Amino acid sequence: MKRLIMRAGLVAWVLAALPSAAAATELVADLSDHLVAITTGFTGSRVLLFGATDGAGDVAVVVRGPNVSEIVRRKARFAGVWVNDAEMIFHDVPAFYAYASTRPAPEFVSESVAARHEIGVHHVRMRAPDAAPAEEVAAFRAALTRNKQRAGLFATAPTKVSFLGNRLFRTDVHLPANAPVGTYQVQVFLVREGEVVSANITPLVVSKIGFEAGVSDFARRHSLPYGVLAILIAGVAGWLASVAFRRA
Amino acid sequence: MQIYLPIAEMSVNIFLILGMGGAVGFLSGLFGVGGGFLMTPLLIFLGIPSPVAVATEANQIVASSVSGVLAHWRRGNVDFQMGFALLAGGVLGSSAGVWLFTVLRGLGQIDLVIKLSYVVFLGIIGSLMLTEGLRAVLRRRTQPGSTRRRQAAWGQRLPFKMRFRRSRLYISVLLPIAIGFVVGVLAAIMGVGGGFVMVPAMIYLLGMPTSVVVGTSLFQIIFVTANVTILQAVTNHTVDVVLAMLLLAGGVVGAQLGARAGGRLQGEQMRVLLALMVLAVCGKLAFDLVATPADIYSLGGGVAHQ
Repeated sequence: MKRLIMRAGLVAWVLAALPSAAAATELVADLSDHLVAITTGFTGSRVLLFGATDGAGDVAVVVRGPNVSEIVRRKARFAGVWVNDAEMIFHDVPAFYAYASTRPAPEFVSESVAARHEIGVHHVRMRAPDAAPAEEVAAFRAALTRNKQRAGLFATAPTKVSFLGNRLFRTDVHLPANAPVGTYQVQVFLVREGEVVSANITPLVVSKIGFEAGVSDFARRHSLPYGVLAILIAGVAGWLASVAFRRA
Repeated sequence: MQIYLPIAEMSVNIFLILGMGGAVGFLSGLFGVGGGFLMTPLLIFLGIPSPVAVATEANQIVASSVSGVLAHWRRGNVDFQMGFALLAGGVLGSSAGVWLFTVLRGLGQIDLVIKLSYVVFLGIIGSLMLTEGLRAVLRRRTQPGSTRRRQAAWGQRLPFKMRFRRSRLYISVLLPIAIGFVVGVLAAIMGVGGGFVMVPAMIYLLGMPTSVVVGTSLFQIIFVTANVTILQAVTNHTVDVVLAMLLLAGGVVGAQLGARAGGRLQGEQMRVLLALMVLAVCGKLAFDLVATPADIYSLGGGVAHQ
């Protein structure tokens, strides 16, 4: 309920800002939340993206997670057992990728424009190793996309950007339970006659908060005390169990 | 109810984990086995990354061994002298095991090695237990022959002989150190305490009296798994305390119930059942290794840019 009121308020704010702001800029957009907090009960999240344009046109939204390096491995059969054999490392791979548009992309942008703005999963930019043969790179790249999609980290299809009237638009950005932490970029493009006429970039931070953040921070930064503490907890729990055993 | 595991970086059902901890704890209470060799594969089946499953399970075993050893200690069934000798080997072995684990992880072969080790050891232990159990069931009426202690004759020639009073043995200290080393490597790579290898080795290779075997094995397992937990936490950052605490909570309750139920059940039939269960887990792991995977490509886990 609180969220609904907040969203209604945001929409009202956009509406109020429209006559002056939209006259100057062709596109305004913002998120309902700039921080997605991963807490103990985190099972995924949905962030509302809303905005307004100064008239007709198509809107495309691209959500790109923080850059990571990904190792893709291919198995081969040795003596009946499947063993990791070849591998290829891709750099600057977005840890998460999703996109949304008012219509299917081919209907309003050319392939080259879509590629430039990474609209569509096959246009996601990443750095492949230089020396590798092209068909190998293509196979490994396809495998990377497929595995990411299976993990729910790359979109399989665009979500819908819907217009309310002919100026206000909205879409939902879904983040799964296994969403990687880091700073995401939400890019919004206004497309007219096949060209991007205006763009807007909003950051979105996905971060572990509270207990979860404390544990994983502690485990990384003070790994030795963390290990010792883990043992102490286990030791005390074992001792307590033994005491309970005897009394019972 | 879902809970987010901070190190495994995934969300799991809290009751499922508690239930698994309880079920494996029940079995370990029932049969007096550690349960690590069942829990680690179960965690992997659940989708927990195998490095996290192995390291976290080592942490949980610390707890179950502490509670187990206290009971044996009260009855005087721990040979501390032998325990320290095994432990010396165990600490070296588990350190080597964690190092090997880190190297294999870098090569992308750790999953394979973990699963292969499980297939081999579960296969051997399961078949031995099954034949032993079946034989016992078939020969229920006959009196069990007096079990004679076999002294390790081939161990008599080794240097550094020591007298182990509690076990009434006079053998080379190198023997328990070597056994401790091998079991330590296994503990680090498989995320087990290693009792299922240690106990037969103590009886058949060292010739220790059965009364002190379990207590002494548990005693050294505490320190070997503690060593694994610390080394894994420092080198691989794969110990998930939230997961460990959930497993532990379920395991403690399960073990209590299991130990009580154990008194009322017929040993041999249950032993056959446990053997079948071990072989089932082994079979599932073996099948996964041999069956053509749905996708022969996999991701090795992303590395964030600095």
